[in-house]
Amino acid sequence: MDLVEPITELYRRMSCELPGDVAGALEEARRREKKDSPARDALETIIENVHLAREKTRPLCQDTGTPVFYVTRAKAMNEGEIREAILAATREATRRGYLRPNAVDSLSGENSGDNTGVDFPIIHVEEGTTEPLVIDAMLKGGGSENVGARYQLPVASLGASRDLDGARRCVLDAVQRAQGRGCPPYVVGVAVGGARDATAALAKRQLLRAIDDRSPLAALGELEERLLDESNRLGIGPAGLGGATTVLAVKAAAQHRHCACFFVEVAFGCWAMRRGRLIVDESGAHHA
Amino acid sequence: MREVKLTTPLAEEDVRTLDVGVRVLLSGEVVTARDRAHRYLAREASPGELPFDLTGGVLYHCGPFVSEREDGTFELVAAGPTTSARMNIYVPDILRKFGVRAIIGKGGMDARVLAALKELGAVYLAAVGGAAQVLAAAVTEVTCGFKADVFGAPEGMWVLRVTEFPAVVTMDAHGRSLHEEVEAASKRRLEKMTAVR
Repeated sequence: MDLVEPITELYRRMSCELPGDVAGALEEARRREKKDSPARDALETIIENVHLAREKTRPLCQDTGTPVFYVTRAKAMNEGEIREAILAATREATRRGYLRPNAVDSLSGENSGDNTGVDFPIIHVEEGTTEPLVIDAMLKGGGSENVGARYQLPVASLGASRDLDGARRCVLDAVQRAQGRGCPPYVVGVAVGGARDATAALAKRQLLRAIDDRSPLAALGELEERLLDESNRLGIGPAGLGGATTVLAVKAAAQHRHCACFFVEVAFGCWAMRRGRLIVDESGAHHA
Repeated sequence: MREVKLTTPLAEEDVRTLDVGVRVLLSGEVVTARDRAHRYLAREASPGELPFDLTGGVLYHCGPFVSEREDGTFELVAAGPTTSARMNIYVPDILRKFGVRAIIGKGGMDARVLAALKELGAVYLAAVGGAAQVLAAAVTEVTCGFKADVFGAPEGMWVLRVTEFPAVVTMDAHGRSLHEEVEAASKRRLEKMTAVR
């Protein structure tokens, strides 16, 4: 089954078309900002940009990010072939101008030119049971990646103890520190747990969730809601110019942790939260 | 919000009269520069060796997405601002050395830059991060890609002709910074929310 073309098309959609729920949240944010303010201006520009990119099939942002893939494959499928198809589609999407060449060799400083390299794109693969193949993906911008933060509870300066309230304080601190540097309004992913690599991956994965998705775990659902409200009361605003909307959504998840360790990882998605899904059924037909 | 139309090259009195919160529509020429280009301008280059004049000029913190047409000319695919804070250490020297009058970027810059803006008569203009199509639409021509072959395309210095490029003054030549104010106010609110009961 040919996966290269559908994955290339997934890239086009992600780069040029903002998901409807994110666009809707931005429209709602615009209504909340005062007329004739820098915040309102910024959102007008952002919304115009979303329409323009879709119309012209052009990247929403010149930073087309690091591609991150989450693949759920059927038992019968070969992981190596899926990885090869993703790499081939990445090169093709770069050739077609959906992606800016972003992959830089950390040793030589050289740009690979086609968005492939060591652990670039990032590809997570797990074995699924139902659908033959589900590919979730995001284009993760570098500015928002740079404002991500990790805390190790307790944090005395924040009055943060080793519990969910401690995690809440850390997330608010991370949003306050991020200011306008990572292109707010943000989508914020939070993970609490006890292993550095696992919390980092889980926090970023939360950015895939729909804007209105609420954690099924009551404690986390409440945390998400409270953090959304409190983050916005910080007043940082769109583009960091002051205003009512700093964050569009907060998505939290938890892992079991080693009894000695308690990490809080905070991942930021910029307002251009570019994500997409491709489902390929047994006949080889694919749909979004 | 007051709105002013400015055309490059900018005179010192043009920028000295601008206040935080003024909406600017900029026409003329801007030069893109990000991390590598800033190190080059601050530490390596002298004004005479550049193929463009930065006196009264505007630097744009941007790593544009540029593609080369078959006839060798350049097409701008997308061009929004990158995070300015990474360039903090170089900007005061660059303002002094080349006579740059405005910096366009996102996220604001630090206290040293603010002091240099006041001393030398320059402003910082915020463009909307991520709005790469709206901002690219204000660019009418890409005339030169200096050092793009050495630094890589996004790190090169691209000379862009712009018409009414939209931005807002967020750091002025009177020592006021909207970024500093938003940060301080948010810090006070954070302290209230995290007060230990």
